[in-house]
Amino acid sequence: MSCEIRHEGDVAVVALSGDIDLESSPKVRSALLDCVGLKQAVLVDMSSVSYIDSSGVASLVEAFQTARKSDTRFGLVSVSQPAMRVLELARLDRIFSIFESVAQGIKDPE
Amino acid sequence: MSSRPGRTEIRRAARSCEVDGEQRLFFLTILAQPDRLRLVRAAVSEAAKASGCSEECTRDIVLAVDEACQNVIRHAYGGQPGNEICIDVRRSDEKIVFDVMDFAEPVDPDRIKPRNLEEIRPGGLGTHFINECMDEAKYSTPPPGVGNLLRMAKRIA
Repeated sequence: MSCEIRHEGDVAVVALSGDIDLESSPKVRSALLDCVGLKQAVLVDMSSVSYIDSSGVASLVEAFQTARKSDTRFGLVSVSQPAMRVLELARLDRIFSIFESVAQGIKDPE
Repeated sequence: MSSRPGRTEIRRAARSCEVDGEQRLFFLTILAQPDRLRLVRAAVSEAAKASGCSEECTRDIVLAVDEACQNVIRHAYGGQPGNEICIDVRRSDEKIVFDVMDFAEPVDPDRIKPRNLEEIRPGGLGTHFINECMDEAKYSTPPPGVGNLLRMAKRIA
């Protein structure tokens, strides 16, 4: 699993790749909460996520809730098919803002 | 109950899972720790594919077995290192069966329930994923020496 953070203007783009599981999800949680803590809009690029389990989903939900409390934007981008299946199982595809691309997520006025 | 089974307990657990009409694909014993789950997923994925499961079916099976092992690591063993999980995988003509066994104190199955998905909060999704991804998932009476046995089955599709 890798977790790379880059900044595009006022937006932090967190690119995740590989398997997000019980071993790697603490690293993801920490990175997402750090970005949200900066009160900066956060987009999580999930195009290269090959697997995500309940612990990985929990990291996304915690970051999402923390962002919402501080009125910070939080969205997911280019969610891979395996990851989308898991979000759908958790019915979180209706909760998260999901964008087709980073550019679309940055443009979103919400 | 000892959480460190000897070979006798493991052999007995394997024998007790044998069912007529089912063929054993593998019996795996792993340390109950997060860095072993990748091995479990790889083995389970290969077993599902070799049994004729589609890519989608294989993904669901892998998620369910991974979540079952996570429940053992986090809840049955409470995150304590040095414990073991046994995974017995068998198949018949129409389905593939996964027995996940631990050597922890027996857990009351009635206490293991999926949470309400309307609550948006971190955690508590593992049991829901297992139930959604598998056609059958039930805590069964474990063989002697085994703490808990979760039996899951998926129709090969």
